[in-house]
Amino acid sequence: MIVTRALTKRFGRTLAVDSVDLKVAEGDRYGFLGPNGSGKTTLVRMLLGLVYATSGEIELLGRPVPKRVAEVLPEVGALVEGPAAYAHLSGRRNMMLLDAAGKGGSMRTRKRRVDEALEQVGLASIDNRPVKAYSLGMRQRLGIASALLRKPRLLILDEPTNGLDPRGIKEIRELLSTLNEGGTTVFLSSHLLAEVEQLCTRIGVVDRGRLVLEDHVSGMRAPTGRILVDTPDPAAAAALLDGQLEGRDGERLFVRHADPAGLNALLVQGGVRVTAINPERRSLEQVVLDVTGSGSDRFDGRAS
Amino acid sequence: MIAVELRKLALRPRIWVSLFLLCLLPAIVGVFLATADFAPPPGQGGAFLSAVLSNGSLYPAAALALVLPIFLPLSVAVTAGDSIAGEASSGMLRYLLVRPVGRTRLLVAKFVALAVYILVAVLLVVFTSLALGLWLFGGGAEAVGGPSGVTSLSGPALSTTGLGLRLLGAISYIMISMLGFGAIGVFLSTVSDSALGAALGALAVLITSSVLETLDAAAVVKPYLPTHYWLSWIDFFRDPVFWRNIDSGLLLQAGYIVVFFGAAWANFATKDVTS
Repeated sequence: MIVTRALTKRFGRTLAVDSVDLKVAEGDRYGFLGPNGSGKTTLVRMLLGLVYATSGEIELLGRPVPKRVAEVLPEVGALVEGPAAYAHLSGRRNMMLLDAAGKGGSMRTRKRRVDEALEQVGLASIDNRPVKAYSLGMRQRLGIASALLRKPRLLILDEPTNGLDPRGIKEIRELLSTLNEGGTTVFLSSHLLAEVEQLCTRIGVVDRGRLVLEDHVSGMRAPTGRILVDTPDPAAAAALLDGQLEGRDGERLFVRHADPAGLNALLVQGGVRVTAINPERRSLEQVVLDVTGSGSDRFDGRAS
Repeated sequence: MIAVELRKLALRPRIWVSLFLLCLLPAIVGVFLATADFAPPPGQGGAFLSAVLSNGSLYPAAALALVLPIFLPLSVAVTAGDSIAGEASSGMLRYLLVRPVGRTRLLVAKFVALAVYILVAVLLVVFTSLALGLWLFGGGAEAVGGPSGVTSLSGPALSTTGLGLRLLGAISYIMISMLGFGAIGVFLSTVSDSALGAALGALAVLITSSVLETLDAAAVVKPYLPTHYWLSWIDFFRDPVFWRNIDSGLLLQAGYIVVFFGAAWANFATKDVTS
């Protein structure tokens, strides 16, 4: 769905995106992570033909961008850097205007399309008040509704849950999951790890314009081969496990062992009480923090 | 897309306020003239004002002369400056472009909508002032013969149909003049992300041009100033119609439209949309 090759964008002297090779397959739920100012939004804008690349290539749904972007955009829904609307008009009126602006889509079915999209994001019975009276969450929902207007094959969403409350976030996550099961590819750009972790199957991490990691979530979060054991008898357990013990933190032991069930049996047979036992997995947060520096919104004493 | 742009204009309260104000100025002047009941001396005051008292059907021409120098260009500058920059600052520009609306298509639609706005503005001014003129000063079966001077009509009486045709010519000419000026505003609107900045830029052009117009030392550039032939629509009310300045004016404005709309297109089509 999305392929970029050595994609680079330079604004004056700053290198916003630095030879990024991105690959998003059809049906993916792709999470695009990175600190603030790492080039996420610039890359999204380039995918949509809003910003022109300095060098490199983009392919969207198999067609080169920006050359033939007009052919693919009707099949792409996008939310870029927050929602926008004509503040003096109602949400419904905004959607009608936006729908009328795009080619295709007959006038007779316009109202139905708009109603469907509004219903999907939970704004079905929205009244006629102007968008300037909307809350942040309502605007966000309206923005997502606009992206869904033409039933796109590819959704490119930049921070889609910004401003939503926990229930709203869950609703949108479920909506995106449902759409994805229906065949829509979802490309989600965010700096919220939890959001990406719960929704996405593949993740790309960008840092200072470079793609530093691209992998399946399952691969990133594979077991590390260690087992975490919580026990009220740490000393007895340590004596029992001697060679396999790799570390100890109060009542928590880090044990190098292949099989949690076997380890548990061993400990219980040895008279050690066990509160919890779990294979250790790296958290996504750890993975991401390992490969990224601090975001560009931080200005410490010495530039690194 | 043109229909969408027109609907957006129509849904804007600001547009209706500007149209209302445009019609209000001639109305105020008309009421004062009617209550005072003496004509400004020929050569002073706005064009046609002295002739209006004897024939109200000439009042549209006087009204146009009143709004043309500042009010009309002001509203054109605001609307033109808002065209692209307004979309950019509301954030809708990016959503329109990914809808997708082609950049050229969007720009053309904006320009056409601007032309329609100008036409509606001029027509409204003409019709309200015609109604007002007839009501305040009467239709005047008497011949329309004005005193001498730049602002007057020369020669014999004009029939009502003749007057209508001349008015039509004048309206078209004013529309083209404003469109030439509006093209500058649209161009600035593609350069800046601030609608206000673009409108002020266009007004700066207007003021510079008006200042140079009064400066003898700037005689070389005068024929190329955007405002130079603006008042030549008055020539439609001479008998016979005095075409020379009208032709030059049309040519000049066509030049402004081509150059600045071209520049707007070249800039907008290749620009990174980061708003």
